[in-house]
Amino acid sequence: MLNQLESQYSESLAALENVTDSESLHAWEIKYLGKKGSVTLLLRSTGQLPAEERANFGKRANEVKNLLFEAYAAREKLVAEQELALDLEEGALDVTLPGRERPAGGLHPSTQTLRQYAEIWAEMGFQVYRSRDVETDEYNFQLLNFPPHHPARDMQDTFHTTEPNVILRTQTSPGQIRAMHELGENGTQPIRVILPGMVYRYEQITSRSEVQFNQVEGLAIGHNIRMSDLKGTVTEFAKRMYGDNVRLRFRASYFPFTEPGMEIDVECFLCGGEGCRVCKYAGWLEIAGSGMVHPNVLRNGGYDPTIWSGFAFGMGPERATMLKHGIRDIRYFWGNDLRFLEQF
Amino acid sequence: MQVPVSWLKDYVDIDIPIELLAERLTLAGLEVGSIHYIGVPQGHVEGIRWPTSNHLVWDREKLLLGAVREVKSHPNADKLVLAMVDYGGADLEQCVTGAPNLFEYKDKGALNPPLWAVFAAEGAEVWDGHSDEPKRMILKEKALRGIPNRSMVCSEKELGMSEDHEGIILLEEQPGLRPGMPIQDVLGDIILEVELTPNLARCYSIIGVAREVAALLDKPMCYPSYEFVAEGAPIAGQVQIDIREPDLNPRFTLSLIRDVTIKPSPQWLQRRLKLVGQRPINNIVDITNYITFEIGQPLHAFDYDKLAARAAGKMPTIITRLATAGETLETLDEVKRTLEPHNILVCDTAGVLSFGGLIGGAETEISPETKNVLLEGANWNFINIRRTMQSQKIQTDAGARFSRGVHPSQAILGVQRGIELMRQTSGGIIAKGMIDTYPKQQPTVKVDLAISEIERLLGMGFTADEAAKFLRRLEFDVKAEGETLHVTTPDYRLDITGDDPVTGQADLIEEIARIYGYDNIPDTIIADAMPPQWANIPLEREERTRDILVAIGLRETISYRLTSPEREALLIPSGMEAPKNGGYVELANPISADKTAMRHTLLISMLENAFNNQRYNARQQIFEIGNVYFKREGQLLPDEPRRLGILMTGPRRTSNWLKDDAGGNVDFYDLKGVVEELLVGLHLSDVSYARASHPSFHPGRSAQLSVGKTEIGTLGELHPIVARTFDLTAAPILVAELDLDALLDLVQDRHEVKPLPITPPVLQDIAIVVNEETPAAAVEAVIVQAGGDLLKGVSLFDVYRGDPIPTGQKSLAYNLVYQTDERTLKDEEVARVHKRIVKAVERELGAKLRA
Repeated sequence: MLNQLESQYSESLAALENVTDSESLHAWEIKYLGKKGSVTLLLRSTGQLPAEERANFGKRANEVKNLLFEAYAAREKLVAEQELALDLEEGALDVTLPGRERPAGGLHPSTQTLRQYAEIWAEMGFQVYRSRDVETDEYNFQLLNFPPHHPARDMQDTFHTTEPNVILRTQTSPGQIRAMHELGENGTQPIRVILPGMVYRYEQITSRSEVQFNQVEGLAIGHNIRMSDLKGTVTEFAKRMYGDNVRLRFRASYFPFTEPGMEIDVECFLCGGEGCRVCKYAGWLEIAGSGMVHPNVLRNGGYDPTIWSGFAFGMGPERATMLKHGIRDIRYFWGNDLRFLEQF
Repeated sequence: MQVPVSWLKDYVDIDIPIELLAERLTLAGLEVGSIHYIGVPQGHVEGIRWPTSNHLVWDREKLLLGAVREVKSHPNADKLVLAMVDYGGADLEQCVTGAPNLFEYKDKGALNPPLWAVFAAEGAEVWDGHSDEPKRMILKEKALRGIPNRSMVCSEKELGMSEDHEGIILLEEQPGLRPGMPIQDVLGDIILEVELTPNLARCYSIIGVAREVAALLDKPMCYPSYEFVAEGAPIAGQVQIDIREPDLNPRFTLSLIRDVTIKPSPQWLQRRLKLVGQRPINNIVDITNYITFEIGQPLHAFDYDKLAARAAGKMPTIITRLATAGETLETLDEVKRTLEPHNILVCDTAGVLSFGGLIGGAETEISPETKNVLLEGANWNFINIRRTMQSQKIQTDAGARFSRGVHPSQAILGVQRGIELMRQTSGGIIAKGMIDTYPKQQPTVKVDLAISEIERLLGMGFTADEAAKFLRRLEFDVKAEGETLHVTTPDYRLDITGDDPVTGQADLIEEIARIYGYDNIPDTIIADAMPPQWANIPLEREERTRDILVAIGLRETISYRLTSPEREALLIPSGMEAPKNGGYVELANPISADKTAMRHTLLISMLENAFNNQRYNARQQIFEIGNVYFKREGQLLPDEPRRLGILMTGPRRTSNWLKDDAGGNVDFYDLKGVVEELLVGLHLSDVSYARASHPSFHPGRSAQLSVGKTEIGTLGELHPIVARTFDLTAAPILVAELDLDALLDLVQDRHEVKPLPITPPVLQDIAIVVNEETPAAAVEAVIVQAGGDLLKGVSLFDVYRGDPIPTGQKSLAYNLVYQTDERTLKDEEVARVHKRIVKAVERELGAKLRA
C-alpha cells in the first residue's frame, strides 16, 4: 500500500508538471484528489490495513495528500497566471471596429430649448401658462392694442379662418390677456408667467421663414415692476443661456402692446461681437422684443394701470436654436428628418 | 427708407462719425439696417461694428474735380475727342475720351464757364466702364489711336455711382467749385437705410429723421423756408374745394402756378431723387416727389387746363368723396381699376380724378405740354388709405406715408414749399393766396406728466428739469410746474396719446428714455413680491410622457399642424366611415393646397414624417405630442385636445457587422410593448386591450386601449390600403394615436411602492391548451382569480401551435410565482393552489393542462 501510495504520489506530481491549463488541472484534481480519485481512495482504505501499519501509512498518506494539495495550489496559481497572460496577449480585439449600435431616443430640438427656457425662467419665479392656438381677432389683436386695419397689423401676416374674426394666433401675446383674466383675480394679484407656444404667420415657407414657429412670451405684473427690472431680469436670463460674460444691447422699438417698447440684442456669441456670417457682421443678435405693458393692455386684463405696471418680452426658441447650432434652414424643424433630429 | 447724409445735413449739423450716428439712431428706435458709402471711406468707431463695405473709395489725390477748358478733335478718330482738363495742376491735362456728351463742345474753342467733370489722374482706381461684370482698374498710360493718354474724365459707372456709362459726369455750375477739389468732397455721400416701425410715421422723411438726429445730438433744427413768391392773379375764383367726408379727408389745400415750362429738373434735385431711389421725370412731378421725401407730405400736381376743360367753362371744383358703385379709374400706372365703396377719391364735377392720397389718374396728369399746374396737398385718414391699398393692391410712396399717418399740419407746408420750388425751377407765376379747406381740425395734444410716473415706469428718477430738457430736444413745448410737466406735442406728431393720461404719460416717458438711452437705465432685480406659485400638472405629466418615450428609444417629432381635409381623407379606406369628430378649422387664406386646415389627427403628421424619412431610414421609431383641432357646433373657438402619436416601422434593431442583432421588422407587439412601458412608467393600472375598429388600422392587428373604463386610443398596424395610399409599403407601419388629455388625467399624483419580499418565492410553470379564439388576457384573468393571494406573479413565456396541439388550439405557457410574506410556502400549499388554477381554467375556458 505504501508503495502504491508513493508511486501514486510521484505519478501525480509528474502528471501535474504537464498540466498547463485550468481544464486539465481540473481533470488532474478529479483523477487524484476527487471523491473517487486514486489518492483519495488510498487514503480512505487506511482502515483496511492491519493496525500496526495503519498509523504509519495514515501519517504518510496525510502528508502526501497535503503535499499534493500544496502542489495543486501552486500549479493552479501558475496556470491562472499563464492563462491570464495568454488572454491578455491573444484575446486582443480590433478596437477600431464599430460597436453595436444602441439607438437612443431624443427630444426634438425645440422641446429641448423650450425646456431650457422654462427651467431658467422658473428659477426666477416665472411659471408656464399655456393658451390656445386658434384665437379670436379680439384676443390676438384688439385687446393687445392693435385696432382693426392698424399699420402694426402689417408686422404680422395673419392666417384667417373661414369663421369671421377667428384666426391662428400670430403671437403668444393673447395668452397675456388670458393669463391676466385667469390668474389676476380681477386685477388684484401679481403675475409672473411665461407663455410658450406655437404661433402662425401667413408667409412663404423658405429657409428663413416659416408658417409656424414657437414663441416664449414672458409677463410680469405687479405694483412695482419697472423697465429696469425688465432689463435686469432679461440680463439674468441671458447670463444663464449664453454665459456670464454675455453683453446685451437695449434698443427702443415698437410693439402696440408695450409702452415703452424695447428690442434686446445679445452680443454675437459665435464671434464675440467681432462680426461673422451668423450675426451678419453686425456683432449683435436679436433675442427678444419687449417692453412695459401698455396701459390699455393692463386695463383689458382687468388691472388699473395707475397702480399696476408690468413688463413683457417675447423670444423665439427656434431662432435661438439655429444660432446656437449654426442651422441655416428653419425648415429642418418641422421637416423631422431623422438625420437632423439624431444630431440632438 | 434711404437717408442721404448730405441731404440730412441741410437741416442739422452732424459732428460725429456717421457710423456712431447710425448706432445712436438704432438705439433710439430708428434701426439703421445698412450704411451705403458713395466714394467716401468707411469710418471705424471704437466699440461699434458695421459690416465691412467693399465700395470704391475715391482717392483724394487722384480723383479730382476737373474743369474742361476746351474740347479738341482727335486727329485720328472721329469717335474720340481731346478734353483739356484743368485739375488744379500747373498745366492742362489732355484726356482722350469718347464721351458723347462732350461732342457738342468739340472745336468750339475755350469754354467759359468751363464744363465741370470728374478727373481721374494716372494711378487712380476706378470701376472699368467697359466691363459687364463689376471690375476695378488702375489708370495707366496708354496711347489711344496714336495720342498718348494717362488720365480720364469719368462716367457715373466708373465712379460706382450707377450703371450709367453713356457719357461722362458733367456738373452744373454752382458756387464753391474749384478745379482740383477732391471729388469725394463734391459727390461723396453716405446713405443710411433706416427701418421705421409704425409708431415712427413722423420720421418717414429726411426732415423727420433730421429731427431725431437733432434731438439725439442736442443740436438745433434748421428748417427750409416755407415762404413763396406769389405774383399772379388770386387763386380764389379759379378753383374750389368740396370735402364730402371730413373724417376721411380732414384737409385739402390747393395752390396754382401758371405759365410753367416743363423740363428736366436741376441737377441737384435729380441727384437727390436718385439717392432716395426715385427716377427723375420733369421739374413739376419731381418736386411733388421731392417734397414727399423732404417733409413727408405727399403732393399731387394736376394739369389745371385739363380740369378747366372738364368743367366746361365753369370754375373747376375739386370734390373729395367715396366711390359709388360701378365707377372706374385708370391710374398713372396704366391700370384700369374698379372702385370700391370705401375708396376715398378726388373728383371733379365730370368724374373721378385720382385715388385720394395714393395715386393720380391718367387723364389730368402733367404732360410735356402742361402750362398751368394745380398743386394739391391733402390729408387722409390712414386706416382708410390702408384699406384701399390692400383692396386695390396699390403701393406708392404717397400711400406708404398716408397709410402710416401724416399730420394735417403738413399739408399746407408741403404746398407752400412745393409751389415755391416749382416757381424757381419752371419760371411760372404763383397765384396769390391758397385754397385751404380744413374741416376736421386735429386737436393739439397736451399731456401733464407727473415726474414720479417716470420712476414708477423706468426704475430711474429724473428731475423735472432733466425730463423737460429731453422733451424739448424733441420739440415738445414744456412748462414745468412743481413736480408736473405740462407738455404740448409738436404739430407733426400723431403718436402721443392726448385723451388718456396714463398712456400719454407712458408715451412721453418712452421719449425721455429714448433720448436718454435705454442702455443707460440701470438693471435691477424685481423687488416686487413673488406671486403665488402653482403646480402645472398637465405640463409636468406631458413632460414625463416625453421622458419615458425617449428612454424607450423613440425620437420626438414636431410637425406642421396645418394639413388639408383632403389629405386626412386618405387615412380612411374608401367605403369606410371616418370617425365622427367635428368640423375643420379651415383657413380663409391658405398658403398652399396641402395646408388649408388645422389637423384632426396626428396620424397624418406621423405618416408624412414616415414617408419623408423612409428613403434614408428604414428603421423609424418616433413620437409626437401635439394638439388637434375640432370645430364644434355653437362654439366660436375649436376644441384643441392634446394627442400622443407613436410610429414604428422597419428593423426592430439596427443591423451590425457582427450579424448577431437581427430580429426582423417591428410588429404589433413591439408597439404594444412601448405602450405598456409608457403605462407602467406613468404608474397606470387596470389597463385593457380589445380589438379595435378604427378604419385606418388593420382590423385584425390593432387594439383599442382602455384604462379603467376610459378609452384612450388605438394602436396597431396601419391598414394595408392606407399604407399603399401613403406609399409606405416597405415594412409594416405600426402606429398609435392616444388621447393624451384623457390618459394624463388618470395619472395619480403618487403611487405606493411594494415592500421587498423577505421569503423565498416558489416558481412553477404551467402550460394550458385553449381554443385559438380565447384571448390570452382571459386566460390570465382566470389564473389570477384562481391563484388568490399566494399567486404574486404571472408571466407568459411561450405561445405554441402545432403538433401535438390539435388544430384550432394553442398552448399558453406561464411562469407562476407563489409567495407570501407570512411564511416560507410549503410544497403542499403551492400544489393546492396550482391545482385550483388548473381546475379553474378547465372549468371556465374549457382548457386542458398541456401534458
